[in-house]
Amino acid sequence: MKKVVILGAGTAGTMMANHLAHKLDKEIWSIYIIDERKEHHYQPGYLFLPFDMYEPSDIVKPIKDFIPKSAHFINKSIDKIVAINNMVHLNSGENIYYDILIIATGAKIAPEEIEGMNGKEWYRSVFDFYTYEGAINLRNKLRSWEGGKLVVHITEMPIKCPVAPLEFSFLADSFFKHKKMRDKVDITYVTPMSGAFTKPKATEALEHLLVDKNIHSVGDFAIESVDNETKVIRDYGGKEIPFDLLVTVPTNKGDAIIERSGLGDELNYVPTHKATLQSKEHKNIFVIGDASNIPASKAGSVAHFEAEILTENILHFIHGEPLKESFDGHANCFIETGDGKALLIDFNYTHEPVEGSFPFPGLGPLRLLKESRMNHMGKLAFRWIYWNMLLKGTHIPFVSAQMQEAGKHFD
Amino acid sequence: MEKTIAGKTISVNDEGFLTNFAQWDKSVGEEIAKENSITLTPRHWEVIDYIQNEVRKESPLSIRKVGKSGVVDIKEFYALFPNAPLKTATKIAGVPKPASCI
Repeated sequence: MKKVVILGAGTAGTMMANHLAHKLDKEIWSIYIIDERKEHHYQPGYLFLPFDMYEPSDIVKPIKDFIPKSAHFINKSIDKIVAINNMVHLNSGENIYYDILIIATGAKIAPEEIEGMNGKEWYRSVFDFYTYEGAINLRNKLRSWEGGKLVVHITEMPIKCPVAPLEFSFLADSFFKHKKMRDKVDITYVTPMSGAFTKPKATEALEHLLVDKNIHSVGDFAIESVDNETKVIRDYGGKEIPFDLLVTVPTNKGDAIIERSGLGDELNYVPTHKATLQSKEHKNIFVIGDASNIPASKAGSVAHFEAEILTENILHFIHGEPLKESFDGHANCFIETGDGKALLIDFNYTHEPVEGSFPFPGLGPLRLLKESRMNHMGKLAFRWIYWNMLLKGTHIPFVSAQMQEAGKHFD
Repeated sequence: MEKTIAGKTISVNDEGFLTNFAQWDKSVGEEIAKENSITLTPRHWEVIDYIQNEVRKESPLSIRKVGKSGVVDIKEFYALFPNAPLKTATKIAGVPKPASCI
């Protein structure tokens, strides 16, 4: 028997196990998927936990429920990949040999990268919402918080779901309005980019949201430290921003497995061919989702589109055929804007998000880059799609892996 | 839109970033630097070379990444390109400003 080994049973790894279970000849190939965790978390749900919009039970399910029966789930922790020997070494001492390896180990927050970030105020007045623990602790804090300066902050790019901190700001505005305490909360959005919006069409269409919601925005802020005593964040240029409650997105890094294996760049992301998803160093290693260094957004929708293309490329690889350079960086994301509304954006490596209709050109029913209640319903419905279709590798009707240009208002 | 920089017609966006790197040369970089009150020294050029190389590799840029590059540390990066070093340095280098998805 030949072996495909998948590292990581998150969104990307689980989708690949399901796709390959359908496509590979079971007489020849066996599929192994390795992850030390037992629970699968719907990560987009972390955004809603702090505001009591979702319950923990909405976003946590057993990993096993989503792994195909024909695949072997190894519930153990990985020490490292030894690529020259086509082998994965587990912390239990076992070695798993592979013919094809798929790295889907994702990205994690690394608050220790910034001086003082995980100091004595961590989970007291300094929170992340990119982990379950962070989101739950923040929920508990917000339930009784009496107001003050809320600073929503991005440490450095790239981060998973780059719009999540902006969505958090919008939802916070909405949350405090409902609690009749918006006048007691000052919201500031702080980013190392030039501003909250960086693409011309999005800036034009969305800049007003910050004004309408009375959210202040500070750009070009490269954080150096969090001062736990005076409760300010400080940047390398000497700028200081005071906070009573800091909700930060720490530096994101690839898994430590990648570092131990010597396969990553300075942030532990694996150098990967952006159109084929093959590792740049090893022909029989492929990389999907947040673990790669490709210049696409780190998001579940990107992993979903990648999975369709990577499945085809793995079949080409097995048959000794040239790989298709067909991944175009396609991403499709709902963005919560608060007050029961959301935006939808659809873009790829070469096309920025623009206005238009989706998925049917000219018809919609969803509108791109415009706030609507329908888009918010879409975001909420997406959780069902995620658990019931996306993870299982079921094709989502009318939404193709490559971005469609029809129905979009390019210049 | 188009702008005359160092005697050449150059395509730029609303914020003055070049939209076609092929139109960049050192004299263009020098003139953009001058508009930002910066006189380029060999240290500046080392940083600009590094930034252009990273962009060629499609590797996302951040201030902390420049700081870890071995070319300059962050304090010197701020000293060379004051206020918003990454924005200013990318503009002089003729490459797009680091952007997010929206």
